[in-house]
Amino acid sequence: MKTVYVDNNATTKVAPEVLEVMLPYFSELYGNPSSMHFFGGQVEKKVNEAREKVADILGAEPSEIVFTSCGTESDNAAVLGTLDAYPEKRHLITTRVEHPAIGNVCTYLGRKGYRITELSVDREGQLDADELKELIKDETVLVSIMYANNETGVIFPIEEIGEIVKAKGIPFHTDAVQAAGKIPLNMKKSTIDMLSISGHKLHAPKGIGVLYIRKGTKFSPFMIGGHQEKGRRGGTENVPYIIGLGKACELAKKHLDEENTRIRVLRDYLEKKILETIPSAMVNGDRVHRLPNTLSISFEYVEGESILLLLSDLGICASSGSACTSGSLEPSHVLRAMGVPFTAAHGSIRFSLSIYNTKEEMDYIIEHLPPIIQRLRDISPFWKDYLRSQGKV
Amino acid sequence: MWDYTEKVKDHFLNPRNVGEIEDPDGAGEVGSLACGDALRLTFKLDENKRIKDVRFKTFGCASAIASSSALTEIIKGKTLEEAAKVTNQDIANYLGGLPVEKMHCSVMGREALETAIANYRGQKVKKEDFEVVCNCFGVTDREIIKAIRENDLKTVEQVTYYTKAGGGCGQCHPKIEALIEKVTKEMKKEAPPARPERKKLTNIQKIKLIEETLGREIIPALKADGGDLDLIDIEGNKVYVALRGKCSFCPSSELTLKQYVEMKLREFVSDDIEVEEVRP
Repeated sequence: MKTVYVDNNATTKVAPEVLEVMLPYFSELYGNPSSMHFFGGQVEKKVNEAREKVADILGAEPSEIVFTSCGTESDNAAVLGTLDAYPEKRHLITTRVEHPAIGNVCTYLGRKGYRITELSVDREGQLDADELKELIKDETVLVSIMYANNETGVIFPIEEIGEIVKAKGIPFHTDAVQAAGKIPLNMKKSTIDMLSISGHKLHAPKGIGVLYIRKGTKFSPFMIGGHQEKGRRGGTENVPYIIGLGKACELAKKHLDEENTRIRVLRDYLEKKILETIPSAMVNGDRVHRLPNTLSISFEYVEGESILLLLSDLGICASSGSACTSGSLEPSHVLRAMGVPFTAAHGSIRFSLSIYNTKEEMDYIIEHLPPIIQRLRDISPFWKDYLRSQGKV
Repeated sequence: MWDYTEKVKDHFLNPRNVGEIEDPDGAGEVGSLACGDALRLTFKLDENKRIKDVRFKTFGCASAIASSSALTEIIKGKTLEEAAKVTNQDIANYLGGLPVEKMHCSVMGREALETAIANYRGQKVKKEDFEVVCNCFGVTDREIIKAIRENDLKTVEQVTYYTKAGGGCGQCHPKIEALIEKVTKEMKKEAPPARPERKKLTNIQKIKLIEETLGREIIPALKADGGDLDLIDIEGNKVYVALRGKCSFCPSSELTLKQYVEMKLREFVSDDIEVEEVRP
């Protein structure tokens, strides 16, 4: 059975070029970059080159790049490191649709006595930047708003938000885990103070992340230890993964055009064909301001886990915002925040593409998805009721 | 990914008895679109008042569809009195088990059956008669109490897995805790003595029963792993055996003897049985 992998917002394949450059650092090049001998020094040089490559796709200075263990650590470090730097301030602003790496940190802080304000989103999953103006207070310590949503791919007006935040002199963090490598980012012309990246979302391995910290931003280290990362993150550098991430960023820069042309075309093709062939289907989220690789689509009167398992049976790997897939009992907090009706929220499927996907793969999905939805609708008690209500049977 | 049994996968991929009977003798529907799963059950009886035909339509995940399919297979051919005794655990067992977080799917099956039978009998299971404990999922105290009783649930988390109650905002958790405490107390009072007294066996009866148990329960299982066992002697409560085949040099033979052979003999013959190995 062939595998059609369209779950790249969950994780991506490690690029073969990335794996190749990593391997020597597991064997002969095992030196510690901090060591005072040539053996460590040669590794340090390569770590710095990787840092430059990461800085390059962000339009940042290498000194502004801090390597972490994952996107979640980057997010935690940004929030907790800022709170620690401003202990007298007790108010945070975020959104209702953040990834749990921010959302659950805020819930935790709420229990610890911080005041948390969550911006709502509209039916398109889009934010109203103006709403923010009223919400920033003297006691606000940080605004953290994701760059692009992992479930819908909706891109927020981050620079517009940043202008508002900076006008009030407040630190501004963004979780750009889904945006990095898919849309251009340039910190030189940005209002962002801190930005999180996760390696495994852009064809580097799992277990490596980045926190960009703009020069001059007040920050206390979250991981306390040695002098590594200029004292901003203790712990011996994860050398092979850092080297791999450097290569992945170099590739991401090279492939950025392709993401926004060929992949966008493939995604749009998939979307168009599904909407043409399957009735009562709807796209979730703002279709204009959206990552080029992401399609969140709901099929009414059927349940997402069932769709996923039938797709999986044919080798197609996607994901769902349905309750049953998460082990929780409620559908995705993102779709609920958007007010997607229950008829559709439980039947949402996310397809997320990468540069490794092909037109043939899209055709394979388009061939097999309609019978799957029809099969589940034939089992569903609500589909016939719906058709009846529409006078169609 | 959920660890579904082959049986769950089979009933999900090839559901039995899908559909809706026109003009059914009994019909029941539980769940809703908002809750994320729903089951509509219809059945028809034959002249002997046995379930002749039963059909389901289900909106939900793989385990909800498989549970519905299993339910229809279980109750086909049964009288309503027999069918009414089917528990959610029967449905889960039929499927070779469900992930604990998915047990509510089996409970949904049992509830749909109950509703359909009540419908046939002209009764109505009215939610208004009971207190809605969980507002997020509209679960009443009656449903929660029943799940606690039938499945011996001890924690709020378990109640959520079995009924969904408490799986939303979480405000009802104290109420669920109170129900667990109340039902557990009631069950303790009702509980019969731990085990009915066993009839005293004569020596001959005992030897016969040991031989039977070895032949039926124990030796086939050992043989399946390439081992075997011979009964050497029985002296009072002591059973002397010799391990053969792979068992004779298996490093865990001690464990097999104590945890398996002895346990089985205690279960089927007598609580005081002790098994000892005779080495060649």
